[in-house]
Amino acid sequence: MPNSILRLENLRKKFGGVVAVDDLNLVFNKGEVTALIGPNGAGKTTVFNLITGFVKPTAGTILFKDIRLNHKKPHAIAALGIGRTFQNVQVFSNMTVLENVMVGRHLRSRNGMLMSAFLPPMLRREENRIRASAQERLVLLGLDRYAHLPAGSLPLGNQRMLEIARALALEPTLLFLDEPASGLNARETMAMGELIHKIKSMNITVILVEHDMELVMDISDRVAVINFGRLIAQGTPKEVQLNPDVINAYLGT
Amino acid sequence: MKIKDYVGIGIVMAAVAVAPKLVGNEYYLGVLIFAALNCLTCTGLCLLMGYAGQISIGHGAFIAVGAYTSAVLTTKLGWSPWTAMGCGVILAAGIAVFMGLPTMRLKGHYLAMATLGFASIIHIVAVAAVDVTGGPSGITGIPRLQLFGFVLNSDTRNFYFYWGIVVAGLLLAVNLIHSRVGRGLQAIHGSEDAAASLGVNIAVDKIKVLVLSAVYASISGSLYAHYVLFIDPGPFDVMHSVLLVTMVAVGGLHNIWGAFSGALLLSLLPEGLSFLSEYLQTFDIRYRTDYDTLIYGGILLLIMLFLPEGLFEGLSRLLKTVFSLRRKWGGGLARHAE
Amino acid sequence: MTSSSFSDILQFFFMGLQRGCIYALAAMGFNMIYNATGIINFAQGEFVVLGGLMMVTLTMAVKLPIPLAFLSTTVFVTLVGIAMERFTINPVKHPTVLRLIIITIAVSIIIKGLAMCFWGKNSHFMRHFSSTETLDFYGATILPQTLWIIGILLLIVAGYIYFFNYTMTGKCMRACAINRDAARLAGINDRKMVMLSFALSAGIGAIAGIIITPIIQMDYARGALLGIKGFGAAVLGGLGNSMGAIIAGVFIGILEALAAGYISSHYMDAIALIILMLVLFVRPSGIFGSSEAMRLKEF
Ligand SMILES: Nc1ncnc2c1ncn2[C@@H]1O[C@H](COP(=O)(O)OP(=O)(O)O)[C@@H](O)[C@H]1O
Ligand SMILES: [Mg+2]
Repeated sequence: MPNSILRLENLRKKFGGVVAVDDLNLVFNKGEVTALIGPNGAGKTTVFNLITGFVKPTAGTILFKDIRLNHKKPHAIAALGIGRTFQNVQVFSNMTVLENVMVGRHLRSRNGMLMSAFLPPMLRREENRIRASAQERLVLLGLDRYAHLPAGSLPLGNQRMLEIARALALEPTLLFLDEPASGLNARETMAMGELIHKIKSMNITVILVEHDMELVMDISDRVAVINFGRLIAQGTPKEVQLNPDVINAYLGT
Repeated sequence: MKIKDYVGIGIVMAAVAVAPKLVGNEYYLGVLIFAALNCLTCTGLCLLMGYAGQISIGHGAFIAVGAYTSAVLTTKLGWSPWTAMGCGVILAAGIAVFMGLPTMRLKGHYLAMATLGFASIIHIVAVAAVDVTGGPSGITGIPRLQLFGFVLNSDTRNFYFYWGIVVAGLLLAVNLIHSRVGRGLQAIHGSEDAAASLGVNIAVDKIKVLVLSAVYASISGSLYAHYVLFIDPGPFDVMHSVLLVTMVAVGGLHNIWGAFSGALLLSLLPEGLSFLSEYLQTFDIRYRTDYDTLIYGGILLLIMLFLPEGLFEGLSRLLKTVFSLRRKWGGGLARHAE
Repeated sequence: MTSSSFSDILQFFFMGLQRGCIYALAAMGFNMIYNATGIINFAQGEFVVLGGLMMVTLTMAVKLPIPLAFLSTTVFVTLVGIAMERFTINPVKHPTVLRLIIITIAVSIIIKGLAMCFWGKNSHFMRHFSSTETLDFYGATILPQTLWIIGILLLIVAGYIYFFNYTMTGKCMRACAINRDAARLAGINDRKMVMLSFALSAGIGAIAGIIITPIIQMDYARGALLGIKGFGAAVLGGLGNSMGAIIAGVFIGILEALAAGYISSHYMDAIALIILMLVLFVRPSGIFGSSEAMRLKEF
């Protein structure tokens, strides 16, 4: 039995009258790729937002290893080694591609405002280190060509890649990808699949939301299906594909 | 990018070195000293607006805090101007923390209203607390600054000292921008959510930058007090704060050089306008300084509508397009092949 | 409690009520534009000033009868609001909240500058709607103008409730405020709603200026302070919540009058500002807002 890295226990989120996540119990295994699927509005993004601290749960518990994440702020959760991307890409379009990834190294150094303003020569070594490791991530994702372009000028596919590069710069142990392939063409989607394999081989646990079923079936070790904020099935991709409830949720009314 | 900024500082230093020789005239030197004060405040304000994406329409109040602290402590208690300036800085920083704590935790621009409210309160206090601030008639007899035994008593000396501080302020700001902290700030401006997801502590960083910009403003206020040697509530009204925002926005929010050039430009504008009004008088058109407000508002509106990145970046982009067109015509097409 | 101190309090209560009504109306104006666009319109106070000054000219110089002047002034300022939206908000292709806010600041400076050019720097008197003879009320005196102010505020509130609950356009505006994208999908022209919100909020601002001018005397520079007090009321009532804003506006007005009476009139203006700061500190969602909704707000 592989050991778990993240547990959701009776997790619940209400937005006004809308129950976006309803008593969700889920366990994610270390080192695996888990896909969270479900129709639009099922509550997948909300689950991500709950875990990464952008939304506070109404009830229930989120346990990362043995740490309760419930009341932690997003930046504190990032500091635990949890990275994420966003469904609607959020690159820092006012910065270059390289700088975007360099922000990902934010937590890897501690220098404050006074040090940065008054003694920049003391920081040169570290700046170079940050730049080099950011550059490495860009090479890994094939974005090094664009390093000095403004991030906002990249096409969507590359922006999604950049978001992942940035999250990887955090050196996460757990990575959330929200619809990484949406808006990508077939070739880009294939590249994304390969990239996710590569991330998995780097010993990073990946949890993703994705609508491209071919991609999901190809890369996931486990699939969890939710609808109306509730878990309706989970298992290997095969098992889930054959589950009548899932077929119902997707095809039925 | 980084190199360019330091070259820019070099250019400013060179310009400062030769300016008194070129200007000669004491009056215009004085104008440039006031411009220095605006440049200093706007450099700090730009860090807040352009890099942290927050707007303060009460920065005049931080200037007032610096100016009044300096004035009160030196004239009433006989403290040294430098100690008084330090106290002003501490007070301004404290107020900034106090204001930042509630507003910066919130998403959005509550800071704008909080600073506007704060500026109004400061103005009310400056007028009403007669015992401390001298009320509407203000405080006179503020001593001049002394530096290593030199009294800053000529406009040339003041000019060099004040612009030296501006250069130092620019240098610190540029250092900051090209550091981990600066990148964090830019990231906050780009996307708060994404910045937070990478471990940037948004609320704390925003408060820090508000404090920093308040410190810039407070120093500028102290310097103002020690230059004009007399202060009253007049120059610290809300309109001055709005003017500072205008300077930053006109030059360009997202670039320290934009804010700097905006501050310089708009500080010199009244001179240009009075020059223009003399010229217009020969055509029998009467120009009144009352129109200044209108002109500032008009400039701000036009820039925000048509050149939101500001004059500085707008013009440099325009130049770039012109150059790249020339290169295209010059047969450099191969470089543009995909 | 002696009867004289009771009548004192009653007196302050009336004084506060008339000012409070103005803050309430300004706050309603903020909310309308806020709900439609997510921005705070820094020119809101200028609408109030413009209403007051225009009314002064039409009644005192042009000598129109008050109802006619009232109507023309309201229409005029409403048109100014529409022009503001058409020429400065609508054309912005890539609106960011920061940019839009600065634009409204620019517009406020321009209106202020124009007002100074046309009306000068003096305060302007205006005659009261009806007589200036005070009425006696349990030992306190009350001006007929105060009754006008309260009456007109109540009328506007009634109109507001009717508009947003019983007319199609009003319901569409509410839908836009709740969820712009969903409203657009339902076929509502959200851009038009933005224009309408500017029109309504300018109109309400104008009315506030018209009814208060006989009491406070209007000058070109009052916009900022009126605006920020209105904003204080809007925040206290829960940004976006107009009924909350009305209660909060009246509350602030009364508190101000009590402070002027019992502490010092110098610091009267600071009261609303301090309340604003306190609310931001303690409960930024306001007394009637929910903190959950607060997190979603852009401004
Ligand atoms: N911040 C929010 N405020 C209010 N409702 C929200 C918010 N985020 C999501 N919702 C609602 O929660 C439900 C689930 O949304 P979401 O998690 O985005 O679904 P998915 O990602 O599966 O498409 C939807 O009904 C959505 O409207
Ligand atoms: Mg989603």
